[in-house]
Amino acid sequence: MPAWRSLNFRAGLLSVLILLLLLGVWSIAAGPTASANSSAGMTPEQIEYAKMMGKDPGSAKASGFPTLGQMGSTVWGHLSHPFYDNGPNDKGFAIQLAYSLGRVGLGFGLAMLVAIPLGFVIGMSPLMRKALDPFIQVLKPISPLAWMPLALYTIKDSSISGVFVIFICSVWPMLVNTAFGVASVKREWLNVASTLEVGPVRKAFLVILPAAAPTILTGMRISMGIAWLVIVAAEMLVGGTGIGYFVWNEWNNLSLTNVIFAIVVIGVVGMLLDLAFAQLQKAVTYVE
Amino acid sequence: MEGFLTIEGLGKTYVPGKPVFADVSFTLERGEFVCIIGHSGCGKTTILNVLAGLDSASSGYVFMENRQVSGPSLERGVVFQSHALMPWLTVRQNIAFAVVSRWPDWPRAQVQAHVEKFVAMVGLSAAIDQKPSQLSGGMKQRVGIARAFAIQPKMLLLDEPFGALDALTRGSIQDELLGIVRETQQSVFMITHDVDEAILLADRILLMRNSSETGAGYLPGGIAEVLTNPLPRQRARASLHRLEGYYALRNHIVDFLVTRAKAH
Repeated sequence: MPAWRSLNFRAGLLSVLILLLLLGVWSIAAGPTASANSSAGMTPEQIEYAKMMGKDPGSAKASGFPTLGQMGSTVWGHLSHPFYDNGPNDKGFAIQLAYSLGRVGLGFGLAMLVAIPLGFVIGMSPLMRKALDPFIQVLKPISPLAWMPLALYTIKDSSISGVFVIFICSVWPMLVNTAFGVASVKREWLNVASTLEVGPVRKAFLVILPAAAPTILTGMRISMGIAWLVIVAAEMLVGGTGIGYFVWNEWNNLSLTNVIFAIVVIGVVGMLLDLAFAQLQKAVTYVE
Repeated sequence: MEGFLTIEGLGKTYVPGKPVFADVSFTLERGEFVCIIGHSGCGKTTILNVLAGLDSASSGYVFMENRQVSGPSLERGVVFQSHALMPWLTVRQNIAFAVVSRWPDWPRAQVQAHVEKFVAMVGLSAAIDQKPSQLSGGMKQRVGIARAFAIQPKMLLLDEPFGALDALTRGSIQDELLGIVRETQQSVFMITHDVDEAILLADRILLMRNSSETGAGYLPGGIAEVLTNPLPRQRARASLHRLEGYYALRNHIVDFLVTRAKAH
């Protein structure tokens, strides 16, 4: 079969076409008003003069939606200086991203430390399952941001409150999935472990954990997706640092190119996180 | 107390007053191969699980070498009907898991050598690093048998190990099992549905009847008859039906299963 007929190739081609179409629509929609402000055809002296007159031709402060050209130069500016730090309100996007990822990583890690052992207990003990079920059912549907005032009041630190919110939103899918995975480990594997006189710790790590790992990883993947959704909103609330704060800050600056850039970055990072968990999931999945 | 394995007055009750089986008593000598045969629901698997220590009886006792059986033990290897291999481990790792459980202090090399020996015994050396999902049903069951033998238990419990296999595969594994059992002098207790399988493998055959409601009242299930296999011990599947006494034995068992094992 020729390469151009493969499904992947054709799908990729179609994706590129759709992207070009969207960019085309954008270009036409933002075109006429913005093109007057374009710096194209101006000498550097003219541009500088225009800037001095308060009519910066490359600026997104110009009225109307940013053009593709403005967007491109913003993207290029960010990508060529991802790590600059000019004080609290002007940091490179990579630094902001690192703050967000740090909070998500910390909150997610803490959630793992709580949810996976607790999920094991719930999965193995019908008593604990019944006793804890009402709590889980009530706490699970609460929007994580609803915890924010309580967190701010008790923790008294906005950054840690952000981590707490990530923790509280990641914990439930992991907990529920771990408990389900552990409870549905096949009886026959446990019987094998019993007849081999395998101790409880060895059984937990060598039989139950690998047997439940695909389900646990599914829970972790869902948790990570939710955490990445929530971090943006949480950072908009608590402010200071992070990609969510960056979005809010640039909105206050009325810099739509920066906002759009941040939106795309959030999407791409979210996708990469999901892909990473998909790979992990693939690594622990077994065929019966 | 006599015998290597002694079962005394074993019974299992789910519905009060109506035990599934009651008063099951038999002994098993060292190196003996005993098959139990009966219809579904008569309690064969429950008896085996009690012997394995995976289930508890409502009444009665099990003694092995004069010590009461009260839980699972490495002294009794079990081959499960559904092979029960861990699908995330290769054949090698599956058996090594059992070997390490049996001898936790063994160095790695010794474990590996032991594993390879038992995989070779069931003729699966070529597939040793494959996952169970890559193996056929017969191969999986062979791995299950190798795993049970690898821990060198004092006795082996087989829960209808060939039930899910096609007739050809079943035959060749039966031959293999018989060879290994004769060689290792293993004591075996096995459940089967297959009359020919029982005649080929067993030194003694326990015939079990289901519980039933008779005119005289409720009759719990139990062992109706114990047959000693009269055929010479050196027998093979291919020539089994030519041995003298084969048909008499076979007809007796089939008659029992058809007319007496189950209330109609």
